[in-house]
Amino acid sequence: MSAAYDVVVAGAGIVGAACARTLAERGLKTALIDAGVVGGGATAAGMGHIVAMDDSPAQLALTSYSQRLWRELAPKLPDDVEFDACGTLWIASDDEEMAEVRRKRGVYASAGVASEILSAEMLAVEEPHLRPMAGALLVPGDAVLYPPCAAAWLTREAVRMGAKVLAPKRVTALGRERVKLEDGSELHAGRIVNACGADAAQLTPELPIRKRRGHLVITDRYPGFVRHQLVELGYLKSAHSVATDSVAFNVQPRRTGQLLIGSSREFGAEDATINHALLSAMVARTQAYLPEIGDLHAIRVWTGFRAATPDKLPLIGPWPEDESVFLATGHEGLGITTSLATAQLLASTILGEATEIDATPYFPARYAQTEGYTNGKASTADVPAAEKSHA
Amino acid sequence: MPETVRSIVLTINGAVATVAPGTTVAAAVAMAAAATRTSASGEPRGPLCGMGICFECRVTIDGVPHQRSCQILCAPGQRVTTAESGARGRR
Repeated sequence: MSAAYDVVVAGAGIVGAACARTLAERGLKTALIDAGVVGGGATAAGMGHIVAMDDSPAQLALTSYSQRLWRELAPKLPDDVEFDACGTLWIASDDEEMAEVRRKRGVYASAGVASEILSAEMLAVEEPHLRPMAGALLVPGDAVLYPPCAAAWLTREAVRMGAKVLAPKRVTALGRERVKLEDGSELHAGRIVNACGADAAQLTPELPIRKRRGHLVITDRYPGFVRHQLVELGYLKSAHSVATDSVAFNVQPRRTGQLLIGSSREFGAEDATINHALLSAMVARTQAYLPEIGDLHAIRVWTGFRAATPDKLPLIGPWPEDESVFLATGHEGLGITTSLATAQLLASTILGEATEIDATPYFPARYAQTEGYTNGKASTADVPAAEKSHA
Repeated sequence: MPETVRSIVLTINGAVATVAPGTTVAAAVAMAAAATRTSASGEPRGPLCGMGICFECRVTIDGVPHQRSCQILCAPGQRVTTAESGARGRR
């Protein structure tokens, strides 16, 4: 006899954990399954930046919505989540980039995201270890947190609201209202959410997801060395270039006083080893902005895998090839930021309710082959609402 | 004939300490009954291995943080600061 749920969420990274919490909160009988430990994959490898990002209108809508959800949640987060409303500084190195700062400010304002232009002098006061720069855009609503503890807390909240966690249990197959586990058992669920990040395509083979490897360095504790999340304004250019390996300046202060140093992007590198040439380029890029960072001690370097989609938007919603399967993956470098919004959009879509922002840009249907779902025709109306469990 | 150095005077957390030549900073800190550092969760820590491997003996010397005090000899006029908390307050 197989166990029966309204929804089974495969993958307990921060996205799956957030989905399980919201689904349980909406009264659905939910199970959350992970092959390892909660938050142990890309969630543990990433930086933990809550950031409004404007690569596209849909990206800005999702990130600014989720940034707001995190701010609302912040007072409830336990101390080990290390939520720090330090804000982001987008650093402009020359006058051309200052023009981009002004453009970016306008785009953010149109989405209701507050930001403030800092002159070269103001920036030097805020971040004295930066070499002289042209200025910056401060986004005070952005924040930093420690992702594995955030995922663990979201999971505890899901359990408190009735969800069941199965970990470590490896899912070997999902679809047609059934989830098969490595131990031979089988779960039955009206809805199945594939939230397996960069590994999601192993369970839903047609997904257009590629692994995009990143490196991070963490230093010993140097409190006050930087005070905001620092990102070079050219970050999106480098994040957008899919043809080549790239690095961009991105340094984050942790509440412990440690600094996280990123970032790198590589396609086609699917093992966890360190690419020393790319790591060197990343550190050199950091030194170009923070000359004295070479005096600090790095204590660890690691890699992780972003789940990248061709259009840089996540896959959230029904998968047209199987009406029991929903997706919550493909968040690339924004899964920590957009986990809470993903959970809201997913739960509303499953329940056939209205969403707070337009959910269609993230519908997986844009990549499906099935007739009738292409050309953006999918809508929440196509999705039968799951029956609420009163068990 | 050079004058023999009989003792070395340094400061530990602002207090004057006098030690024999050849004394490590870790030993001087121990004689001053101070913890070397504070862990991320706020625990006082002291030297464990005494050979530069465990990193528990780190102190700030002349303004440079995270110096392994068991590997550094005391020098005249050195300013040693211990048990500096790395953590920032919650904002």
